[in-house]
Amino acid sequence: MGNKAEINPKKELSTGLETVAGDRKKTEALLTVEDLSLSFTQYASGLRQTELKVISNLSIQAYKGEILAIVGSSGSGKSLLAHAILGILPLNAKLDGKMEYDGKKLTQERKKEMRGKEIALIPQAITYLDPLMKISNQVIGSVEKEKESIMKKLQREVFQRYGLKPEVERMLPHELSGGMTRRVLVSTAVISSSKLIIADEPTPGLDDKTLNETLSYFKDMADKGCAVILITHDIEAALKISHKIAVFYAGTVLEVANVEDFKNNGENLRHPYTRALWNALPQNKFQAIKGHQPMQDEVIDGCIFYDRCSKKKAICSRGIPQLKQVNGGVVRCNNAS
Amino acid sequence: MSNNEKIASFIGKKALRLTSLLIIVCFASFMLIQYSPIDPVRAYIGEMPVTAEHKAKLEAYWGVNTPPQEKFLNWAGDILKGDFGTSLIYRTPVIDVIEERFTASLILMGISWLLSGIMGFALGIIAGANQGTWVDKAIKTYCYALAAAPTFWLALLLLIVFSVYLGWFPIGLRVPIGVTADNVTFFDWLKRLILPAITLSLLDIAKITMFTREKLIEVLSSDYVLFAKARGEKGLDLILRHGVRNVALPAITLQFLGFSELFGGTVLVEQVFSYPGIGQTAVSAGLKSDVPLLLGIVIFSTLFVFFGNLIADIIYEFIDPRIKQQEALV
Repeated sequence: MGNKAEINPKKELSTGLETVAGDRKKTEALLTVEDLSLSFTQYASGLRQTELKVISNLSIQAYKGEILAIVGSSGSGKSLLAHAILGILPLNAKLDGKMEYDGKKLTQERKKEMRGKEIALIPQAITYLDPLMKISNQVIGSVEKEKESIMKKLQREVFQRYGLKPEVERMLPHELSGGMTRRVLVSTAVISSSKLIIADEPTPGLDDKTLNETLSYFKDMADKGCAVILITHDIEAALKISHKIAVFYAGTVLEVANVEDFKNNGENLRHPYTRALWNALPQNKFQAIKGHQPMQDEVIDGCIFYDRCSKKKAICSRGIPQLKQVNGGVVRCNNAS
Repeated sequence: MSNNEKIASFIGKKALRLTSLLIIVCFASFMLIQYSPIDPVRAYIGEMPVTAEHKAKLEAYWGVNTPPQEKFLNWAGDILKGDFGTSLIYRTPVIDVIEERFTASLILMGISWLLSGIMGFALGIIAGANQGTWVDKAIKTYCYALAAAPTFWLALLLLIVFSVYLGWFPIGLRVPIGVTADNVTFFDWLKRLILPAITLSLLDIAKITMFTREKLIEVLSSDYVLFAKARGEKGLDLILRHGVRNVALPAITLQFLGFSELFGGTVLVEQVFSYPGIGQTAVSAGLKSDVPLLLGIVIFSTLFVFFGNLIADIIYEFIDPRIKQQEALV
C-alpha cells in the first residue's frame, strides 16, 4: 500500500551530529535520522484541516553493535518514530527530514524493500500476531515455496536457542504465555537476520526474570553486530543494556547521553529534563518535577521544556535551542556547556 | 470450565431454548389461526353444495365447537406422536407434502445461499482491499441498490428480461408442462432453478458484501497487519494471508444467521416463479385455509431457522479461536 510520507531532501541542516560521530569514523552509523518531523492531517470541525505535529526536529543515530535506547513517557510519539523508519505510517502522515541507512538515502521505496529483511521491528504486544495463524507460520513469515524448508529449519534453531518447545510452533497466539510471547516476537526479528532491530516497548508488564531475559536477547543481537534501537518508557531497563540513551520529550530528542553519564546526582547529564528523569527514580532522589509535557496541538516557540525548566533564561522562550555537542553527547539546551 | 463441561452446558441450553421456542411458536400460531376467519370446514367443502345438516355433521367431525384449549392440546398431542394430520388441499399426510416441498426449496435455498456467500465474500474482499477507489465505490453502489430493491420486484424484472424478452429460461414451474415426472430431465429442472436461485442470492449478496468489506477494513487496520507490513508482506499476499483468514469465520457465521431472511425471500421468489417449494405451499395453505399444513410448515421453518442460528453459535463459541483469546484476556 502506498504511503504518502516522503523524505523531503531539500533540508540540509547541520545538527552537530557529524562531529559527535567523529570518534566513530571507523564504524559508520547504520541509521542516521536528521531533523525528522512528522505530522498528521486531520479534519477538525467541518472541512477545516489541521496539522497535528507529533515529532519535530528529531535527530538520532544508530551504530552497529550498539544499543540506542529511546526513552520517553507514553504519548510522546516514540512508536511513530519506529513506524516512520519502517515506512508503515498511515496515509495521512506527512514526514519531513533526512534519513540515511548504510550511507544511502532511505526513501519510501527503499524502506519497502528493506523492511523485514534489513530492518526488523519487534512489536510490543500479542495483538501484533495474527490471532488465527500458527506461530511457526508467523515467525517464518511470507516466503517462497522453495525457501520454506530452509526457513523451517532456521525457525527450529531459533526456537531452540530461545527455549521455546517444539509444540509452540503449532500454537495460536492466545495459547502463549507472556514470556513465550516475548520470545516469539523476538524470534521474528532474529530469523530475518536484519541488521537494524527496532524494539518497540518490548518490556511492559514483565516480571524481573522475563525482563532481564528479554533484555539479554537485545544485548546478544548487538554483540552479534546488529544496531538495536530500544524504544521504551522504562529508563531502568534501558540503562541495564544500552550504550546510549536518547531522551525523548514531546516529539523530539532533548539529549543523547552515554550510559556512563547516568550516575550520582546526574551531574554529567546535559539536559535538565534528563536529570529530572534520573532523579525521579526511586533508588535516586525519588523526586518528580511539576507539570506535564506539552500537548501535541500546543504551539511552542521556544524550548519545549521551557515551562518546566528550573534554569530557564529569556533566550529559551525564543526559538528552539540548537542541537550541540557537549562532553561526548548531544543536547538541545541553551544552558548546557 | 473444561471443554466437556462447556459442550454439555451448551447443548443443555440450546435444547431448552429449542423446546421453549417450539412451544411458544406452536401455541402462538395455533391461537392466531383459531381467531382468524379461517374456516376449515368451508375449506374442506370447497365449492360443493351441502345441506345444513351435512354441514353440522362435518363441524362435529372436525370438532369446530370444542374449546380452543382442548383443540390445541389434541393437536399438540398428535404432533408429539409424529402425526401432523392430513392436508386439506392435497389430501395427503402433511408430513409427505412438507417433505417433498421442503426438499425442492432446500435445493433452491442451498444453491442461492452458496452463491451469495461466495460472490458476496469475494466482492467484499475486493471492495475492502481497494477501499476508497472506484472499484470500492462501484461495489458499494451496487450493494445499496440491491439492498433497496424489493424481492418480488427483482424477481419480476429478471423474469421479464431473461424469460420473456431474451427467452433464455422458462417462465416458471419446476417441470415442463405436459411432461410426466419420469420424463423430466435434469436439465429441464436445472433450467427452472437458475433464475429463482439467482434472484434469491442477489439479494443476500449485498448484506454479505458490505459485512465482509467492513471486516476486512477493520482487519487491515489491525496491529497484526501493521506488523506484517513491517515484515515486508504486501499486496495480495498480505490480504490472502491475514485478511481472508480473519474475515472468513465471521462472514460464514453471518451467512448462517441469514437463514430466516433466506426463508422469507424464498416465499416471495417461489411465488413469482411458480416454483413448487415450501414458500409457495405456505402461501396456498394460508389462502386456502389448510390449517394442518400451515401449522406443519410453521414448525419446520422454525426448526430450519433455529438450526441456522445454532450452527452460527457453534462456530462462534467453539471454532473461532479469537473468542477463546478474548476470554483469556478478560
